[in-house]
Amino acid sequence: MKARGMSSDLRPAMAFLMPNLIGFLVFTAGPILASIYLCFTSWDALQPPHWIGLGNFHRLLGFHSTPQGWRAGDPDFWRYLGNTFYMLLVLPLNIAGSLALALVLNQRLRFQAFYRLVYFLPSILYGVAIFFLWKYMFDPNYGLFNALLGRMGLPPSRWLEDARMAKPALIFMMLWLTIGGASMIIYLAALQTVPEELHEAARMDGANRLQQFWHVTWPALKPATFFIFTMGLIANLQWNFDVAYIMTDGGPYGATTTLVFYLYLKAYRFFEMGYASAIAWILFAITLALTLIVRSRSGETTL
Amino acid sequence: MKFTARSLWHVPLLLFAVTMVMPLALMFTTSLGTVRMALLGPGDSLWHVFWPRVWHWHNYADVWNGNVGLDAKVPAQVDFIRYYANSVVVAVCVTIGNVFTSACAAYAFARLRWPGRDRIFLLYLATMMVPAPVTLIPQFALMKHLSDSLQVIAPFINWSGLRYFGTSATAPLLGRLVGLDSYFALIVPSLCTAYGTFLLRQFLLTIPRELDEAARIDGATHWQTFSRIILPLARPGLATLAIFTFMGAWSAVLWPVVVTNLESLYTLPLGMQEFQAQGGTQWNLMMGASLLMLLPVIVVFLVGQRSFIRGLTLGAVKG
Repeated sequence: MKARGMSSDLRPAMAFLMPNLIGFLVFTAGPILASIYLCFTSWDALQPPHWIGLGNFHRLLGFHSTPQGWRAGDPDFWRYLGNTFYMLLVLPLNIAGSLALALVLNQRLRFQAFYRLVYFLPSILYGVAIFFLWKYMFDPNYGLFNALLGRMGLPPSRWLEDARMAKPALIFMMLWLTIGGASMIIYLAALQTVPEELHEAARMDGANRLQQFWHVTWPALKPATFFIFTMGLIANLQWNFDVAYIMTDGGPYGATTTLVFYLYLKAYRFFEMGYASAIAWILFAITLALTLIVRSRSGETTL
Repeated sequence: MKFTARSLWHVPLLLFAVTMVMPLALMFTTSLGTVRMALLGPGDSLWHVFWPRVWHWHNYADVWNGNVGLDAKVPAQVDFIRYYANSVVVAVCVTIGNVFTSACAAYAFARLRWPGRDRIFLLYLATMMVPAPVTLIPQFALMKHLSDSLQVIAPFINWSGLRYFGTSATAPLLGRLVGLDSYFALIVPSLCTAYGTFLLRQFLLTIPRELDEAARIDGATHWQTFSRIILPLARPGLATLAIFTFMGAWSAVLWPVVVTNLESLYTLPLGMQEFQAQGGTQWNLMMGASLLMLLPVIVVFLVGQRSFIRGLTLGAVKG
């Protein structure tokens, strides 16, 4: 069986790979390369793009001196960058919440499967339909929240139409959507892999439950936490667009415009495709940097 | 049942369960409520939020037929059935296509030996780190210029003209053949994904090699080995990928928003926006439409619950 012809299956491999490879090159690898080129150009999608070097990045990240002091080249960018980081608050809240749920459910309680299913329910329904539901609940005139506040004798809020309330309201919704979702399921599975002997040893040494959690459970869950964080980070960027597009259109006054939505606005409402490509790569850089920081801090190497 | 301190956990757990379900219950009751849905009329107690006085089942007929105008005499304004059909067609095509191309490629990566295999796989892996917004604009540009380019290459086909059912200009549009405002744009870019290939390759690696090697020695072709041995064994992996792909395609917003301007090509996420545009949102109809939109998701989840859960923990938990 070790004839020379047998060592390589090049022909059948190409036949099996070809449909996927063509699609991959045309719709993933090619566009990534094209995007690298586009972020150094100015392009309105009608005329051919023209090379402006680092112009987009200079405009995005640069500052210039004015009589009133230093001004950002694009103040909107910094504001929306701030919004993006604000929305990332969902991640630690979600990690803490779903870990707490998983810890409680991991005790041998009756109806565990029932609770797990109910908590999991919102996350599978994630999508436009749920965004409309929450938009309705936040509605200042007909929504549930103002009805509840009214019954309790508290003043109503404009919720998504109030620049100060919009972001916390969206974070609250996101928490409802994700707290019992994938992260809780992953934690529940990961808790099964923590060896019981470790807990016993810690108990023998006189550790109380909090110390046991901090010194035994939490370190053992590190790979799971890192996985949840990284996946959440990438997903968060995508959520931000869907939520802003359906629920707030980035408003009020840009309060819920994150970088992904800004990218969309620049590309498809102002037709600054090169500029939008530069924003996309800054997003990539942020994702990569945050992942690497968390990775080095946790000493995690699985991803 | 013995009462223990541990049983006390049921109190917060149940309260939390109620919190999680309450919005969904509200969605259902609202969908049966009255026009305009002033949530609590005079004399209503808070309970009437979750138990309306009258159940308007005909709301669902109004949603389905697109009667969203406040005036009953105004004819249907929103083509809900069309949006629904578009979403189903797109999600089903994307799911079948992605699972098929990913399985084929996974076979080449996991089972065949050929020069450059590991390097190409590494390329697939590398692109998985790049977020979708990066590829968005070039993909859009590609779609925008595709029909023009094809027109030059193959001028005997009308690539960019709008298609109708039959010849009637009033019949619903089928969109263009390729490029923007086409089913092609909604479906084809999602047919081959690095993620799907990666997922199935990892799954195929767990299937014992002896099984398909035995088939090869018995004289089976690669295609026979793939379709009769590997695919049946890989069914759990295929199911996982199918569910994730379907859910993703069903709720996709950004890409359909970017490539479709034709209302007859709207998928549900775009079409539902039309419910709002008609002089203030009628929340009861909106919630009815949202529930109808959730139905396939619920069915898919119930059918493939185990595969779904397996997919979530894949790669996250060792051992």
